[in-house]
Amino acid sequence: MNLNYLAFEQPIAELEAKIEELQLVGSDNDLNIADEVAKLRAKSTKLTESIYAKLSAWQIVQVARHPQRPYALDYISRVFDDWDELHGDRHFGDDRAIVAGIARLDGRPVAVIGEEKGRGVSEKVKRNFGMPKPEGYRKALRLMEMAERFNMPVITLIDTPGAYPGIDSEERNISEAIARNLAVMSRLKTPIICTVIGEGSSGGALAIGVGDKINMLQYATYFVISPEGCANIIWKTSDKAPDAAEAMGVTSSNLQRLGIVDETIAEPLGGAHRDIDAVAATLKATLIKQLAQLSALPEETLLENRFQRLMGYGRPA
Amino acid sequence: MSWLERIKPKGPAAAKAERSSGVPEGLWKKCPKCTAPLYRPELERNLDVCPKCDHHMRIGARRRLDIFLDPQGREELAVDVEPVDQLKFKDVKKYRDRLADAQKQTGEKDALVAMQGTLHGNPIVAVAFEFSFHGGSMGYAVGEKFTRAAQRALELRCPLVCFSATGGARMQEALISLMQMAKTSAILERLKQSGVPYVSFMTDPVYGGVSASLAMLGDLNVAEPGARAGFAGPNIIEQTIRQKLPKGFQRSEFLLEHGHIDMIIARADMRARLAQLLAKLQGLQNPLADGAAAEPASGG
Repeated sequence: MNLNYLAFEQPIAELEAKIEELQLVGSDNDLNIADEVAKLRAKSTKLTESIYAKLSAWQIVQVARHPQRPYALDYISRVFDDWDELHGDRHFGDDRAIVAGIARLDGRPVAVIGEEKGRGVSEKVKRNFGMPKPEGYRKALRLMEMAERFNMPVITLIDTPGAYPGIDSEERNISEAIARNLAVMSRLKTPIICTVIGEGSSGGALAIGVGDKINMLQYATYFVISPEGCANIIWKTSDKAPDAAEAMGVTSSNLQRLGIVDETIAEPLGGAHRDIDAVAATLKATLIKQLAQLSALPEETLLENRFQRLMGYGRPA
Repeated sequence: MSWLERIKPKGPAAAKAERSSGVPEGLWKKCPKCTAPLYRPELERNLDVCPKCDHHMRIGARRRLDIFLDPQGREELAVDVEPVDQLKFKDVKKYRDRLADAQKQTGEKDALVAMQGTLHGNPIVAVAFEFSFHGGSMGYAVGEKFTRAAQRALELRCPLVCFSATGGARMQEALISLMQMAKTSAILERLKQSGVPYVSFMTDPVYGGVSASLAMLGDLNVAEPGARAGFAGPNIIEQTIRQKLPKGFQRSEFLLEHGHIDMIIARADMRARLAQLLAKLQGLQNPLADGAAAEPASGG
């Protein structure tokens, strides 16, 4: 099994392996082999198209958690210029599960806050697999309040398996850290644009997810409890996670229908990891467009729109 | 609270709430903590607190509001709010059927009851979670009721008190539940900016999405003795860190020690303590001081 491909992508992996083999054999410019490779390439693309045309909610969860999926820092380096990372919550420590800093988006100074899972074992450990502790959310809050003082819009990138469920997290009141962010973001006097780039898990995601525009990448997911957690509670087994994912409607298309997500950012065939530059370019264009729209609004309107949207959540149409 | 009020006959709503809180029929009840056999009428007079070991048993939302508010001048708020199954959620059972069962079993439309009234004569809005309704979980209806109650407090410029007892966000409403965290936090921020006091009163248990929103945002956060509150449940934490949790972890006493709450308030004291605390925040006379207006007649 090729680990660069997910379980349901294995037929694609097999084809790609065959193409690679042929290319190795056919280095002595054999025309037939070139033809064969082209044919197989077309077949592989077609196969990928057909698989990706009807992904189940659970398969999308797999794509969102793909080990090669681009993380916050992959986007930050491509979308923003002049990035300065800033550290620490000024109370306890610097949580590396959240990266925060100031940068420029198309020339304009912005604050950027992202949840970062980290690539490679040591990086993942350092970043606690993208599970923030209270000091991470408090660092984010500090940056947001600074952004408000200096008229900088806030851009957040959401990607977490959840806020860290540990003794130290609880001792330092992770609940309060999340709640405080929700409260302050609801009235922060600067535009806020939030984008779920991978896994948006529950309160740990929402804690940097209240804003004027909520975007999701096409194969990102956003849920109130992980499909495994939901399955464990309802069916008493995590084997039912696919059913839970389906029932909870964790995909961007469902959430756009519910009015929770404003815009879905298209990903290349096979997911964002197949072409990070392309996704980053689309994300950048979307952020620039949305920021122009939000900046055109008087502050009062911006805040009232945000508040009314919050008040309307769940109200039957 | 006067002894007269403690022994006054309960209304039908209170009786219903008691039934729904799982108190069995019969004259005796075993304390779930110290297992002492307790004489039911005496236990009720003692506000469902074990006279032997002081264990605060869970009580329903209506009973809570009934023993908290002055008897006169109560008005229930947001009675028309009903749960909505926007996702047509179905697991082994339809969410719609689960809701119907819970409604039948508890007599409530959803897991929150909101009332406007007075506390020792001063106007107040109070809401309470009904834990026996779907584990007191917060979906649209709970978030909406809470928000409307908070809006009423804002209009009247009177304090808001929330008695929480909940497992967290309601899975069956998925992201709509999650968004209720943002919604309730946003309205509480308006109260905060307008100088309208909000007290979060945590009763056993308070977890997940409610803990990480409305329950932690009080001007005052208080808890009942022995109540458990936290973001992640003990099982989840034990599975994650693969070690046993220290004794008393996430209990009120732990929360106090770690600076999450201002104080622990026993059920028998909650009326008097909150009345005095709130009066100070509002710049009002101590409603219980000598010479202040007498406590409203308790016959009510």
